[in-house]
Amino acid sequence: MRYLYYPGCSLEGTALEYNLSTRKVMQHMGVELVEIEDWTCCGATAAEATSHLLSLALPARNLAIAERMADVKDILVPCSACYLNLKKVEEKTGKDQRMMDTLNSILAEDQLQLQGTIRVRHLLDIIVNDLGAVKIQSLIKKFFSGLAIAPYYGCQCLRPYAVFDDPEKPRSMEPIIEATGARVHQWDMASKCCGASHMNTKAEVGIELVANILKGAKGADAVVTVCPMCQMNLEAHQRKISRVHHEDLNTTILYLPQFLGLAFGILEKELGLNLNLSISKSFQKKIRKAA
Amino acid sequence: MIGLVVFRKECSMDIATDLDRDNGLVSDSDKLAPIQEMVRSCIQCGTCTGSCPNEFAMDHTPRQLWRLVLMGEKEEIFHSKTFSLCSDCYTCTLRCPRGLPLTEAMDALKQIASEENLAKYRQSTLFYKNFIRSVRQHGRVSEMEFMTYYFAALKNPMVPLRFASLGMKLMAKRKISIQWPWRTQLSLKNMFQKVNELESHK
Repeated sequence: MRYLYYPGCSLEGTALEYNLSTRKVMQHMGVELVEIEDWTCCGATAAEATSHLLSLALPARNLAIAERMADVKDILVPCSACYLNLKKVEEKTGKDQRMMDTLNSILAEDQLQLQGTIRVRHLLDIIVNDLGAVKIQSLIKKFFSGLAIAPYYGCQCLRPYAVFDDPEKPRSMEPIIEATGARVHQWDMASKCCGASHMNTKAEVGIELVANILKGAKGADAVVTVCPMCQMNLEAHQRKISRVHHEDLNTTILYLPQFLGLAFGILEKELGLNLNLSISKSFQKKIRKAA
Repeated sequence: MIGLVVFRKECSMDIATDLDRDNGLVSDSDKLAPIQEMVRSCIQCGTCTGSCPNEFAMDHTPRQLWRLVLMGEKEEIFHSKTFSLCSDCYTCTLRCPRGLPLTEAMDALKQIASEENLAKYRQSTLFYKNFIRSVRQHGRVSEMEFMTYYFAALKNPMVPLRFASLGMKLMAKRKISIQWPWRTQLSLKNMFQKVNELESHK
């Protein structure tokens, strides 16, 4: 199995461990990832807030390069914000030839052309639908029975394009979590917004959104995420949020491929677990004890 | 009461409602037109308001904002913090019974605030613009570089202080680095120029 791979900027910086663990776990499952040559930023939410055309041109450049490279047509994208930006171009150009022509007039400046043959896929979609719980279960070395895991999907891998899961009541991660022997923590915050960049520009609002999610996660041993922005918002401000809310809201937050990698028996260091900001001692103890 | 106000506003829609630059507000009357098109068939049901995770912090609810957009009430819109509080979660877009692109409409309002450099939205605008500056220069975002630009542009020493302890933690884990320039140098100059050119001919 082969996919083109678009890591995105966060995975080279604050989400290094998402990159490490995605590559490691995919390799473990016999998947080959071919990184898109000279990929550039997708525009995040910043491009859309400054120029609509730029917000489509930036991802279009990466899709055009991917088309030129590919004998495979699916791009695997771990970051939900990158995924949505790339997906938007796939969706919009598929329906709107004029938009395709406009974007091609921009890409022509760099001798690139977009034809619309690439399919943009989220990492979670590929894990759930192409690899699946049965294959995952066959690779499990450590059974995490006794652990309760809260699946957190966030927004942009689910909405506005409902590609692989229910956009409001997602459940796609559940069979994967259960395959490791862990129990799924039942909660209603799985698809609620973490505030995205509010934590940087409107912290008082971001804190409230994250606090609600952390409160919902009480009773779970860890929250698993599939987006660098969600991960950072949930893990980096726990002490402050606990102080503001007069409640201990500290908990373990880790990426889904890190969690799978642990169950596959891959070393913590190889999954970048030392790079996370909120792995609790009790969680670490429990996964080390698991057999 | 609200109905009367709406009626009065609608009657006066053809009278110029442009705002002068002295107020630091939007001068170009056409800028709202594409956004009015996006929300033209809004039935004011309030599903967007009920779906919005940030509504608790807004002055006008999303439903009210769409009405203000249709009425061309620029002054009210660009004095409100509502659109700048949209975190692009797409729940309203997903649920809108009329299928309106509401998140895109919020973004289009952010674009106007950014183009016009409206003082009220300075912090968000600077955040976005400095992010894009980093992308234009290197092709990819260097988080450390862009936050440094952002802090410098804000000219407020208190803001970086809030991030100091997180910054130290991330540096200790080598997730961000102060090494410049960014190791990958991919120029997006051509693309940015062409986008500018196309947008100025709109």
